[in-house]
Amino acid sequence: TMAFTKASKDQKYDRQLRLWGDHGQEELENAHVCLINSTASGTEILKNLVLPGIGAFTIVDGHKVSGEDSCLSNSYCDLLLDNDPEFFHRFTLVIGVQLPESTCLRLGSVLWNANIPFLVCRTYGLVGYMRLVVKEHTVIESHPDNALEDLRLDQPFAELKNHIQSYDLEGMGKKDHSHTPWIIIVAKYLEKWFSTFYKKEAFKQLIRQGILKSEKGTPEDEENFEEAIKNVNTALNPTKISSGVDDIFNGEQCNDITSQTPTFWVMTRAVREFVHNDGGGNLPVRGSIPDMIADSEKFITLQNIYREKAMQDASVVSKHVESLLQSVGKVCETLFCSKNAAFLRVVRCRSLAEEYSVETVNKDAITSCMDSADGEMVLYLMLRSVDRFYQQHSRYPGVYNYQVEEDISKLKLCVNSLLQEYSLNVNVKDDYIHEFCRYGASEPHTVASFLGGSAAQEAIKIITRQFVPFNNTFIYNAMSQTTATFQL
Amino acid sequence: MADTDEPMVVDGGSRDGGEWDGRWNHINTFLERPGPFTHPDFEPSTESLQFLLDTCKILVIGAGGLGCELLKDLALSGFRHIHVVDMDTIDVSNLNRQFLFRLKDVGRPKADIAADFINGRIPGCNVVPHFKKIQDFDESFYRQFHIIVCGLDSIIARRWMNGMLLSLLVYEDGVLDPSSIIPLIDGGTEGFKGNARVIFPGMTACIDCTLELYPPQINFPMCTIASMPRLPEHCVEYVRMLLWPKEKPFGDGVGLDADDPEHIQWVYQKSQERAAEFSITGVTYRLTQGVVKRIIPAVASTNAVIAAACATEVFKIASSAYIPLNNYMVFNDVDGLYTYTFEAERKENCSSCSQVPQDLHFSPSAKLQEVVDYLTENASLQMKSPAITATLEGKNKTLYLQTVASIEQRTRPNLSKSLKELGLLDGQELAVADVTTPQTLLFKLSFTS
Repeated sequence: TMAFTKASKDQKYDRQLRLWGDHGQEELENAHVCLINSTASGTEILKNLVLPGIGAFTIVDGHKVSGEDSCLSNSYCDLLLDNDPEFFHRFTLVIGVQLPESTCLRLGSVLWNANIPFLVCRTYGLVGYMRLVVKEHTVIESHPDNALEDLRLDQPFAELKNHIQSYDLEGMGKKDHSHTPWIIIVAKYLEKWFSTFYKKEAFKQLIRQGILKSEKGTPEDEENFEEAIKNVNTALNPTKISSGVDDIFNGEQCNDITSQTPTFWVMTRAVREFVHNDGGGNLPVRGSIPDMIADSEKFITLQNIYREKAMQDASVVSKHVESLLQSVGKVCETLFCSKNAAFLRVVRCRSLAEEYSVETVNKDAITSCMDSADGEMVLYLMLRSVDRFYQQHSRYPGVYNYQVEEDISKLKLCVNSLLQEYSLNVNVKDDYIHEFCRYGASEPHTVASFLGGSAAQEAIKIITRQFVPFNNTFIYNAMSQTTATFQL
Repeated sequence: MADTDEPMVVDGGSRDGGEWDGRWNHINTFLERPGPFTHPDFEPSTESLQFLLDTCKILVIGAGGLGCELLKDLALSGFRHIHVVDMDTIDVSNLNRQFLFRLKDVGRPKADIAADFINGRIPGCNVVPHFKKIQDFDESFYRQFHIIVCGLDSIIARRWMNGMLLSLLVYEDGVLDPSSIIPLIDGGTEGFKGNARVIFPGMTACIDCTLELYPPQINFPMCTIASMPRLPEHCVEYVRMLLWPKEKPFGDGVGLDADDPEHIQWVYQKSQERAAEFSITGVTYRLTQGVVKRIIPAVASTNAVIAAACATEVFKIASSAYIPLNNYMVFNDVDGLYTYTFEAERKENCSSCSQVPQDLHFSPSAKLQEVVDYLTENASLQMKSPAITATLEGKNKTLYLQTVASIEQRTRPNLSKSLKELGLLDGQELAVADVTTPQTLLFKLSFTS
């Protein structure tokens, strides 16, 4: 229709385009999501995907199938798993809501083998639960919140060095002196500082002495020098590659580049080549500098020094990308951009099979988290326990008022059998067993809505490959308004 | 969901508003059943649902990103008597998250459309809209509500609401009458960040107790804008603040309308010219609009999360089913999902809720301007345009008032007079009014030597 031209979509989606850009929006609009079970939680998740413009969605009904088909299957989802598991292969992401354990595990296995991301969501009384199941999710644009700048003051590259040389602080007039970028000031004073052990306070004092003095001998108001002093704290941090990025460089996929290797790994390998061959052990220069008190010319000139170096470095990386791709008979399609090199992220989630198997259960995480007996881990154990209850009794505990009391002891047996099966030497307080019977497997709307927002955004992260998804179990406690993330 | 052994308590069965069997089951679970984590005052009852449905009155402030979600959550949680206040009309850019609105509603008042949608969709729910500013109402309006929940996008408005509820508190012999407390639940979002807090005015930390949590909005220094731009944003601000008033591109007296694409286009072009002059790159239409309108990015998901947390608190407080959030939760889902929940502390000398008279320490030779500067710049006060009055020679005298042009002109000379010259005495009380509070704040002037 006329309503949705590019211009009007830009208007409508303006507030979110400022977060993930046009390219992120395109990914969203090309995605096809599968939602299993349109309960309150399910519809909330869907609403939060439809609003930002998800391309397509399919709802698989979770209601019990009646009639002849019901012999073996619990739901339409089970029917599909029985008869046509490849049905799920068409989706960008599958979101399973309020799934019984058996269906969840079966679906998990199908999706794991097909390499399709799976997001499990659940609202149970005042508890929200999410589990992300994806073998490997790579992120170039992670948009870190508070990243340190990449200024290279500890090892200035040639062009930066030359530029710093071109300044003569002592010989400058007052106006120029007060409008010299703090980066230059710190660099100049670093040259005067001969000790290898940077005593930040003493260094700051040295800079402070450089502030111009009036005829009376009182220091002038030089904001750029104050900025320099303030930034000493972070500007002197040694340039180095974070351990996270290092781990990514050492990953298997980075070593064996084939024609099947995804773009992310080719790029990463190319950056690694740069680090070892061209960057002297450093990543390509990021190219951005923060705003600072300075006149326009000094600032723009300095900014361009960094930008040009970043572009130079990026083109060297791009050459590596080209030659890597050529060596496996492919053509380069995407251009490399330096600004994200320090922020690459890889998320690998364990499969549900690994989480549920006695051999590979994450005992350490569960046991150590249970040291705080009222933390979120006990809620995870309770969810596993009510699943057990469902397996045994074909219903959840406490759904009807009359069941609440008598189900407590039944649920307790489930808790104990769970702990025993996994050899978990922890104590689950009776209060939680009582509380989970009290919930009666209800799906209160406010809790469903909290989960709906949380889950939708994780789905968007997976689809757009921007921002970093959680790994891998998220619990929300609406009683205390607290959350926790566990890697199980 | 037939329960054959125990009569299910269902609301009537065939009342007006179309009840159906099991409609409120998920709520009754929490109202009728005892549990180990309930509030000490909680008593399971089959009548609590009636209170929620028939009696409890909630006020929702804002019908935008948070407001739409709040109205939906509250209506689906059994609240039927809801009022909503919003002074805005619907814009296309709202439609990516304010889901009660459609393209055809653009230009209409948010409060009205939101109320219509909810009332039409949730049988029995009665949302009353008010297409007004919060300042258009007085105590008699606010007093009628059991709980007030805010989904505002302005700190000033929050502080005003905070001040209003504080003004409703009744103290008898210095003891706070609990029945005069109206709990305030406040939510805020920005991109992927948000927070939800619970305030019991007079008892827990109020908005002003934690004013430092909202750092003052940083505006670019004028000299940067006027002569030393470095960022594309500086170029846009130059055009908005200096070039527009000079060139009056759309006529005399025509102010920049941030919602007029033609105006933005003009600003964009001029910003590009300015940027080219200084070799600055990065001026785009989107950036221009963002700077002029002070746009904050927003998505549906964050609003859903924060509103849901707030609505859960409304339910807890209305039903006494659980101990409410104590008292501040911060949320951020940029990297995984992160929350931090803590108890914001009351400030002993909070200018709004402490009842401790605020001192102003100035030398008698200090100019009145210095007092005005202090009131606006001090991190705990952050007033916008304070109006100062004092009792001099038995009469109430306005020393300075900014918001009415004629009075501003008349009192402006006072700014450069010293406190002594103005006739102010040590220990004198100064009454200060400001848009950040519905009540006048009293300060005690303490002369320093």
